[in-house]
Amino acid sequence: MAQATLATYSVEVNEEGYMLQPDQWNKEIAEAIASELGIKLTNKHYEVINYLREQYAAGNALTIRKVGQSGITDIKGLYVLFPKGPLKYSSKIAGIPKPASCV
Amino acid sequence: MSNDDKPLKKVCIICAKANLEDVYATLVMANGAVMEGIEAKVFFTFFGLDAITKKQMNKLHTATLGNPGMRMPGGAPFPSLLGLIPGVESGVSAMMKSQMEALDIPPVDEFLEMITAGGGEIFACKLAMDMFKLKESDLWDGCSGVLTVGDFYAKCGGEGTQIIFT
Repeated sequence: MAQATLATYSVEVNEEGYMLQPDQWNKEIAEAIASELGIKLTNKHYEVINYLREQYAAGNALTIRKVGQSGITDIKGLYVLFPKGPLKYSSKIAGIPKPASCV
Repeated sequence: MSNDDKPLKKVCIICAKANLEDVYATLVMANGAVMEGIEAKVFFTFFGLDAITKKQMNKLHTATLGNPGMRMPGGAPFPSLLGLIPGVESGVSAMMKSQMEALDIPPVDEFLEMITAGGGEIFACKLAMDMFKLKESDLWDGCSGVLTVGDFYAKCGGEGTQIIFT
């Protein structure tokens, strides 16, 4: 566990940079994490991010299949939004812990 | 992690069996790779072709005979003779599929679509196709092609590549 400064905010992160306190998250932080990952956030990205935050808050397990069935985007679209990390990068930007998911 | 200087970049996975568990091990590993940004190429050969044959792909079974890992629900030993009774293998396979569905593990065709949606590629073995008298039109539409072993190995080059035989 460590503190990291993201967009002037000091937040708690794990060794891989995933936020541990989702309530410390805001859009400026999301932009900062996204730019580190080379991703420019659009409204579509935020739809996915908000969906992940809601699901996480509800205690549901996260999978790319679930996002694909959410009606926001299909799995192909998810890979376009978050290349090479449809679940891990989207979760990182969403300020939630890294999902322990294989699907 | 100490692996950061030579990360895994590509996995080439070979599946030669049609048991539910062998096929799903292949699919989970391929999908998991693509989700991590690792390139994945999957080669289905011999009975593994069932996993990408339209007629068979969503009807895979786990073996109730000769499977030492088989247990009754609750963990008691599974009597071998029970596996002989008609319908038991289907029932056990259906139960496994429903448990996987609960974990968001999709049916085979949907799983293959998830893998290819992320850029993974699915191939069929030419020799096994000839042996089972299968035509390309018998295969799942998302297949990238029918390859010889040599063709497949040619796709397995490059630093940070591993070949995995499930």
